[in-house]
Amino acid sequence: MSAGAATAAARVAAPPSSVGHWTAFAAVLVLLVVAPLALPEFWRRFVTEILIWGLLAMSSDILIGYTGMVSFGHSAFFGLGIYGAATALLTVRPPNLWLATLYGLVAAAIVAAFVAYFSTRLRDIYFSITTLVFSQIFYVIIFTWTAVTGGENGLTFARPPLAVPGLFSAPFTPETLHWFVLAVVAASYLILRRIMRSPFGMVLQAIRENEPRTRAIGYHVERYKIMSVMLSGCFAGLAGVLYALQNKFAAPDFVFFLISGEVVIWNVMGGIGTLIGPVVGAAFFLLLRETLSRFLTEYYLIPVGLIFTAMVIFMPQGLLGFLRRQLNR
Amino acid sequence: MGLPLEQILIQTLNGLVTGMILALIASGLTLIFGIMDVVNFAHGELFMLGAYVGTTTMALSGNFWLALVVSTMSIALLGAVIQVTTLRPLLGRDPLTTILATFGISLVLQNYALWQYGPVPRKLTEPITGHFNFFYLEYPWYRIAIALLSGAIITALYLFLKYGRYGIWIRATTQDRVMAAAMGIPVPLVHTIVFAIGAGMAAASGVLFGPLIGVNHAMGLDWVLKAFIVVVVGGMGNLGGSILASIFVSLLEAYASLWVSPAQAVIFSFVALILTLLFRPTGLFVPTPK
Repeated sequence: MSAGAATAAARVAAPPSSVGHWTAFAAVLVLLVVAPLALPEFWRRFVTEILIWGLLAMSSDILIGYTGMVSFGHSAFFGLGIYGAATALLTVRPPNLWLATLYGLVAAAIVAAFVAYFSTRLRDIYFSITTLVFSQIFYVIIFTWTAVTGGENGLTFARPPLAVPGLFSAPFTPETLHWFVLAVVAASYLILRRIMRSPFGMVLQAIRENEPRTRAIGYHVERYKIMSVMLSGCFAGLAGVLYALQNKFAAPDFVFFLISGEVVIWNVMGGIGTLIGPVVGAAFFLLLRETLSRFLTEYYLIPVGLIFTAMVIFMPQGLLGFLRRQLNR
Repeated sequence: MGLPLEQILIQTLNGLVTGMILALIASGLTLIFGIMDVVNFAHGELFMLGAYVGTTTMALSGNFWLALVVSTMSIALLGAVIQVTTLRPLLGRDPLTTILATFGISLVLQNYALWQYGPVPRKLTEPITGHFNFFYLEYPWYRIAIALLSGAIITALYLFLKYGRYGIWIRATTQDRVMAAAMGIPVPLVHTIVFAIGAGMAAASGVLFGPLIGVNHAMGLDWVLKAFIVVVVGGMGNLGGSILASIFVSLLEAYASLWVSPAQAVIFSFVALILTLLFRPTGLFVPTPK
């Protein structure tokens, strides 16, 4: 525990190396912008998916890495984002991109508020189990309420055009979809980074480091926790909306807790409390899955599980933390 | 709507039988949590692998009871190996890391089973085929037998913890790990043994329950969730509490499935869990802490 606290303290105290950070950020951004022009169809799609899953991973980092609460229920927010977008795309004619986003965000926010109200009263593993159980409740509801959600078969819908009201409207091409996703994910990263460095974000980190002391100083800890679950849930819902746009279907599998488990895996693999780490983790995991499943078909999870378990034991700060340490040596 | 009395009685019997099986799974889980602060996410997979080892032994020997013993022993051994290789290095770290590590293990075990045994469910034949008349149903004796056998295994565990030499070591470690180590109890060994016992109990329940539900690689998921609910409702680490909670939750689901589909009946136990966490976070069946 003390070792963990020490690295966490070092992370908080580390001076923001802004020049290096922004150069790297701009370089990665440029690479991702030109990616769809240079990559073949399969890999372009793959990069877009990594960005979407990366946003989901980033959203859960707010809870895991910053507030110190491990959520095992992120699939609920993500799934409700998908189903919310699906509702807008199926009921409103003509399908509207921004309305779908709004529906998805509102659905995720309502669920997040509900889950947050109950689960934030609990701590540690009890919080994890409660979020897990809530996500399973939503899974059962979606799975059995066939009339509305399509049950096991899910819902399929058409992709709306990329439109700015009064300016232009054009159907999504693979490239513009990629750029749209990239823009949303990059903007989310900048917003979340700003929030986590604001006084609000500092309080969240204070809760992670020492909850009783934060309370004693006079912060309303429960209110901050509810806010952080809702913030996290909204961005997970946004990832769900993007996923709906990319794949044009909603299925109960996306609400199942295995997705939540994978999100936690990405966080641990990439490095928690860094926002960008979970994205790296998601990319690493998906690449690993892609390469391994070529010759192991569906059994790729055996080596992935082994690698993950080894990383939990030997590399608790994740890939990013590990690399940073190696570079600083 | 009028419910015939016999339906309620049948569901009561069903609930009690499922409750005893669940108690067998959950007592292993709660033992591991109470002593090691480990939330064992792989418990459902040990249950599932136990059932598979049962089918293999059964195919080789044709004897159900032999399959039960072989499966319990081999999964207990596997549990010991898992504990030594992955959980021992995590001792003293945040309990949350043990969730992550055992989650990784559960992925490995589940997909290993899929790879080894394929996606088609396997059948375990029951050793007792007799029936007795229970209202309009022919109720199988085997269900009664597994309920009694689960009860017997749990009682044996209780007696072992209460009077056995190693049982006393285990309880001492639960109360105070440091003091127990100071008194000369080999704490790491106790942890390994406890994990092995828990794994063995999961395997035993897998074999016993196999004939009723069919053995497949995903069966662990459902049951580990139920076992978690039971362990929390009963009070983490409290053996008696989780047994009562198992019966309570199973009865609740059995009665609920009179009105809604069994898939939706799960929601009732979810709600029971959430209410418990909100109002009695220490568990339903333990005395109120002063």
